[in-house]
Amino acid sequence: MIEVRNLEKSFGEQKILDGVSFRIENGESVVIIGRSGGGKSVLLKHLIGLLQPDSGEVLVDGENIVAMNERQLLRVRRKFGMVFQGAALFDSMSVADNVAFGLRRHEHLTETEITKRVAKALEVVDLPGTENKNPAELSGGMRKRVGLARAIIYEPQIVLYDEPTTGLDPIVSDSIDKLIIRVRDHLKVTTVVVTHDMRSARRVGDHVLMLHDKKIHANCKPEALFASQDPIVRQFIDGVADAQETLF
Amino acid sequence: MNFFLNKWFSDWLAGLGRITLLTREAVASCLTFKFDRRDLAYQVYFIGIKSQSVVLITGAFTGMVLAAQTYYQFHKIKMDTATLAVVSVSMCSELGPVLTALMVAGRVGAAIAAEIGTMRVTEQIDALRTLATHPVDYLVVPRLLASNIAVPLLTIEAMATGIAASYFVGVYLLGIEPTYAWWNMLKYSHDSDVLIGLIKSFIFGGIIALIGCYKGLTCEVGAQGVGRATTEAVVYASISILISNFFLTLTLEQLAVLLKV
Repeated sequence: MIEVRNLEKSFGEQKILDGVSFRIENGESVVIIGRSGGGKSVLLKHLIGLLQPDSGEVLVDGENIVAMNERQLLRVRRKFGMVFQGAALFDSMSVADNVAFGLRRHEHLTETEITKRVAKALEVVDLPGTENKNPAELSGGMRKRVGLARAIIYEPQIVLYDEPTTGLDPIVSDSIDKLIIRVRDHLKVTTVVVTHDMRSARRVGDHVLMLHDKKIHANCKPEALFASQDPIVRQFIDGVADAQETLF
Repeated sequence: MNFFLNKWFSDWLAGLGRITLLTREAVASCLTFKFDRRDLAYQVYFIGIKSQSVVLITGAFTGMVLAAQTYYQFHKIKMDTATLAVVSVSMCSELGPVLTALMVAGRVGAAIAAEIGTMRVTEQIDALRTLATHPVDYLVVPRLLASNIAVPLLTIEAMATGIAASYFVGVYLLGIEPTYAWWNMLKYSHDSDVLIGLIKSFIFGGIIALIGCYKGLTCEVGAQGVGRATTEAVVYASISILISNFFLTLTLEQLAVLLKV
């Protein structure tokens, strides 16, 4: 279970999060949506302790991770797997070494066992036989799949996805969505997805959090969100730009 | 003006504090053996074996030029055979460790900062952290230990090459009498000169690795950030080596006298 209480975060003078609170139950699949640059990825990074808030609390299974130092956080992070927007694969290693990284560091397995587990994880993400490739040889979608295989190989309780479909074509995006659902159902993990892809949000989420103006603006089921008449929610869902607003 | 001076000083002090904390974290991690031995072996290969040509050329030509310069001065007062003694003491206690460290700082310090900086910019360091791996254990400790092992070995190599090269220049090119020159060299060079050189090179190795890692870990986002981190790693490591060398010379020479080494 993850609980966020009154989280505040600023970078310099710019406030990004201002009193954000929510709760994610075990096994739940939550999608965080919001405008680009609205603080979704910043919020996600707080859940795993990659960023420290200015104030507020983040509780993972009842433990406040904000009070922990980097070494104490390592223990909590073993409950998590994270897929990055740009995949963040280690470019000096092969696909197999990337996927096996967590196993080699934390579990005492033989090379044969590691090879088997890597092959299995790559099969789950529909990339069998790519063990010896380098990350530079892979397409954007394939890199994200390898990132997912790396995140799930040691069977975490919670998987975080930072914009998993951004920059991918609709067909690859669809396959990534199916993969997220498959991993969620197969491993029974708590899933948190940050996205601004509404199609993805509808398919993947049991629950949707909408971040707007530094706060949680909506916290509801996907059906309720899509039926909402709230002008801010409607504008985001319909993708309509405000003529008065400077967007770029 | 005062405002900028204050800001520069407080930034400098904050940086010094951060690098001290990084050193503490790295030393604590070394003592608990949390690093991967294969990474250590690779870093020793990268820092030690791959720096061979740079160190050999630097050592040899420094020894040769020092021999020639010393000979031309000593020849005026008929002290030709003291040439090798001067070269030997200089190469062991000063030039060997300092020049080796400066060359390694240029090659290895820059590479460390660029590699870790790129990892930071592409979120690979965040990925490490999400995989429950402390960046200090995985990135800093193998480089620090490898540098502490490789730089003293490279320094010994530079000392030996410099002395050998100065012998050839002195004896075969400038016509110094070899037996007396060799005897004088052994008479005036002491174990303490070599020991001082090795202690210095061990410390310089640590400075190169820690500054390279620190600059990489704190590099700003973007290509420009990585470029700046790389340049700063080399400049700061070189300056730190030169400044610390002065204080190390004073301290270690005094210690050698006190302990009668």
